[in-house]
Amino acid sequence: MTATAEPEVGKSRRRKEDARLITGRTRWTDNITLPGLLHMAILRSPVAHARITSIDVEAARSMPGVLAVVTGADLADEQGSLPCAWAITPDMKNPPHPSIAVDTVNYAGEAVAIVVARSSAEAHDALEAIDVDYDELPVVLDMEAAVADGAVLVHESLGTNKSALWVFDSAEAGTGGNVDEAIAAGEIVLERKFRQQRLIPAFMEPRSVLCDPTGEQVTLWSATQVPHILRLMLALTLGVPEHKVRVIAPDVGGGFGGKLQVTPEEILVFLLARRLGKPVKYTETRSEAMATAHHGRDQIQRLTLSATRDGTITGLKVDLLADMGAYLSLVTPGIPILGAFMFNAIYKIPAYRFSCTNVFTNKVMTDAYRGAGRPEATFAIERMMDELAAELGVDPLAIREKNWITHEEFPFTTVCGLTYDSGNYEAATEKAKQLFDYDGLRREQAERRERGDVVQLGIGISTFTEMCGLAPSRVLGSLSYGAGGWEHAAIRMLPSGKVEVVTGSSPHGQGHETAWSQIVADQLGVPFEDVEVLHGDTQSSHKGMDTYGSRSLTVGAIAVVKAGDKVIAKARKIAAHMLECSEDDLDFAQGRFSVRGTDKGTGITDIALAVFAAHDLPDGVEPSLDSEATFDPENFSFPHGTHLCAAEVDTETGRVTIRKYVCVDDVGKVVNPLIVEGQVHGGLAQGIAQALFEEAVHDENGTLTTGTFADYLLPSAADLPSFVTDRTETPSTTNPLGVKGVGEAGTIASTPAVVNAVVDSVRHMGIDDIEMPCTPFRVWGAIHGRDVDTGGSQAGGGLGSIEGGLQ
Amino acid sequence: MIPSAFDYARPSTVEEAVRTLAEAGEDAKVLAGGQSLLPVLRMRLAAPTMIVDLGRVPELRGVREDGDNLVIGAMTTHYDVARDHLVQDHASLIARATETVADPQVRHRGTFGGSLAHADPAGDLPAVALALGAVMVVEGPSGRREIPAADFFVDYFTTSLAPDELLVAVVIPKHTGWLSHYEKFNRVAQAWSIVAVGVSLQVSGGTIAGARVGLTNMASVPVRAVAVEQALIGQSAGADVLRAAAEHAAEGTSPGTDGNGDAEYRSQLARVLTGRALAIAVGG
Repeated sequence: MTATAEPEVGKSRRRKEDARLITGRTRWTDNITLPGLLHMAILRSPVAHARITSIDVEAARSMPGVLAVVTGADLADEQGSLPCAWAITPDMKNPPHPSIAVDTVNYAGEAVAIVVARSSAEAHDALEAIDVDYDELPVVLDMEAAVADGAVLVHESLGTNKSALWVFDSAEAGTGGNVDEAIAAGEIVLERKFRQQRLIPAFMEPRSVLCDPTGEQVTLWSATQVPHILRLMLALTLGVPEHKVRVIAPDVGGGFGGKLQVTPEEILVFLLARRLGKPVKYTETRSEAMATAHHGRDQIQRLTLSATRDGTITGLKVDLLADMGAYLSLVTPGIPILGAFMFNAIYKIPAYRFSCTNVFTNKVMTDAYRGAGRPEATFAIERMMDELAAELGVDPLAIREKNWITHEEFPFTTVCGLTYDSGNYEAATEKAKQLFDYDGLRREQAERRERGDVVQLGIGISTFTEMCGLAPSRVLGSLSYGAGGWEHAAIRMLPSGKVEVVTGSSPHGQGHETAWSQIVADQLGVPFEDVEVLHGDTQSSHKGMDTYGSRSLTVGAIAVVKAGDKVIAKARKIAAHMLECSEDDLDFAQGRFSVRGTDKGTGITDIALAVFAAHDLPDGVEPSLDSEATFDPENFSFPHGTHLCAAEVDTETGRVTIRKYVCVDDVGKVVNPLIVEGQVHGGLAQGIAQALFEEAVHDENGTLTTGTFADYLLPSAADLPSFVTDRTETPSTTNPLGVKGVGEAGTIASTPAVVNAVVDSVRHMGIDDIEMPCTPFRVWGAIHGRDVDTGGSQAGGGLGSIEGGLQ
Repeated sequence: MIPSAFDYARPSTVEEAVRTLAEAGEDAKVLAGGQSLLPVLRMRLAAPTMIVDLGRVPELRGVREDGDNLVIGAMTTHYDVARDHLVQDHASLIARATETVADPQVRHRGTFGGSLAHADPAGDLPAVALALGAVMVVEGPSGRREIPAADFFVDYFTTSLAPDELLVAVVIPKHTGWLSHYEKFNRVAQAWSIVAVGVSLQVSGGTIAGARVGLTNMASVPVRAVAVEQALIGQSAGADVLRAAAEHAAEGTSPGTDGNGDAEYRSQLARVLTGRALAIAVGG
């Protein structure tokens, strides 16, 4: 018996996957090579909207090493339409979405021709020999212009750029009052408009896909977050039998939602491999990833909030325009809808109405990006809370406290009809205040204002919650989502006492292997090292819903626990037989069944060996401990926390420097504090990046001008403060581990904390908003009362300017 | 990503390099540290027929003294320039600016001469070379010639180097004991300058005896802030003088407009950063 006495859960273990991931000694999709492997390259439209009048591929066909040059016309009959799994309304307009354009291109970067060659270099050389004639059409890029009368249409045949209008009204739903009445009666009514700029997920590993059509099953490797969904969608999109397709997601280098997609490239590689009867691989360049992998955010938000003069919120009305891009991808239309339930956040808002118009433009599609709808909502409401406090001249923490759900009030059913099971906003806020020295920094702020310091100080607050663990299938069904939210797991007890855990929640960097091993080690009483976690291959892990929406621990790991319970139940029967006692006389602890009141007992690993031999099992008991389980939770989980940001603003240059950042997150029970800490740090960096650095900018023709990391600015450690992170622990009551999920918390909470701090630093100058990202130029412009143009064709040094210099 | 095919030569002497370049004609490109050229090749924004790689020409590397001058070999890496004692002692402004270039990986590959020949107005080294009165030593088929920095930078990414000429060394007059600072303003640590200011001051007995001020990204070429220099020379190195001089920083500049700033904002930055650079140089 080798079980450890100290529990694994709660231990800050270094991740068992790190050595191979950090050193690169692992198998990424692009590393995989097969005999006779061919390489695909894609010619992409340089224009955002055009009819294709001709494509001349003859010269390319005769280039060295080229096996096939294919256009959309060649694939029109077999490519189907890329799937959208979320019809948010019955009348949602969802135009056909080809993997390769047939006669029209609707965004810059859309595929127009493909070359397959013996080497990637030959394929890329041949692309240059393809001659495409475009008849350019006018473009529509701005959402407000797109919904105006007489707008240029992305899809002429739809007659409109509006894809769908989705509405939630608390009065109609019976979950709250009438918001128009609340606003009409409001002693205070605030209206604000915020812009959620477009972001690029910028995962570390570019997407890559390889298809081997030579076996009985076609095998597709892909750098995807969703191998199981991909397999089903390949079957549904292309009409291939599902059982003849195997999908493998090997180690995947990040995704942030950007790999929650069924991509044109996956379809095209599959079709070309099948057509040529040989394995074909495609790996995108970083430039292709920036321009054509789906983007995130991109909303215009109009909010109206009513309150009494004492600061009690009486109503909230939200009107969104959400940019879909040119087509609807896998869950594009549902992303802003996920935010619908989060605008009310942690507050008791009696009347609420949300409406969202989804809009087509000539840009690449938007879709899931870390937080997916919830950061947008959290940003807007947390900005509004600061605006309300400013309007009333009270402390922004006090206004939150006045309106939030107190810890005695849980479970609490919100104005959206969600039931928050648990939380303690008071505790997290109190802890954050202490760590931050809130009162001290407020004093310093006052002093700097008093003496007119060049560097002003602002304090930003974000008291957030999120709904995690996507999740309850019946809720997803009520939102017309195309799938369930369950997760599957299996546990295999090997004869030598080792354990294989199969999870349907396929990781792309989160650390599932470590966390699942810790959970199973405790549950079965086996050493951490004796647990192997298998994932990401539809052959070994045949069933799953994959990884997104902070669902892995709250749904996937619970399925593992349920499977473990079944293993123990099976083992108990056999243990009773071996120990010649009743099952009821057995206690199971630390991997050992003991006969109560005696020193007799046997280990679960001994039982595994006995089951393997199967020489002496009770009648009717099958010789296996292996078990599987599928878990579908009753409710979401609701992590929350309080984030406090102190930002210094240099009034002469507009530069924002984060002086101090404190966050206290409540993610429920923690399996591995080190992994949680890592998720929070990464999430903060990404959320701060939206506030200060990142923006996908298009010129007036629809060309992405921030197409390299020289122009699309990701912050590094040098640009970020040292974070102060801490936790409170209020267990979730909706799952047996009490866990809530942490993958998105930092991203969701931090953006408004930073922007609130920036605005707070200059509010005494009459400024009540600065658009994101709060660049030095924008902040300086706000201070000096100037509208600044940060869009258009530009590049402040970098490859853009190199390009200019070469012309 | 994969560049178009090109021929490749790796000469081992300057003479061989010049000959190879001349034979290759106008579609040849010189590869120094590759930090700007390789991205452009990989994105197929340029497709030279020949690459002449200077990586194995030993005589192009290193820093040496030559009387009242320093001579910096064109292929000396940023890392080597920034930590070179001769540079630190006699041209500290070059060291201060070089320390801010991009990130450590780039500084280990990128070269002093490559950066000057690339002539990116947002690059950090042209302005400080100009400010210190650098002279470019270039060699072509008809021999060597010298080009003062003021005549070397012609326009965006354009120098007075002929296609068959090679920048082999940069001569910097010694500014021994001068106080220097390079104040760079960018959005993230590894990004190009939106505006940057390099200052070098000779202060003797509290009086400014010499002043050199170079501006990065305030025009299509690096700019010397002559009006600032004139306002400093002969004055006491006090805060009021420095502040008043800095107000002249944008004079004679023609900054461009992009998403990071327009001409007015860049002019404001030039004044603010000049003031700060002067104060830090004197204080430090």
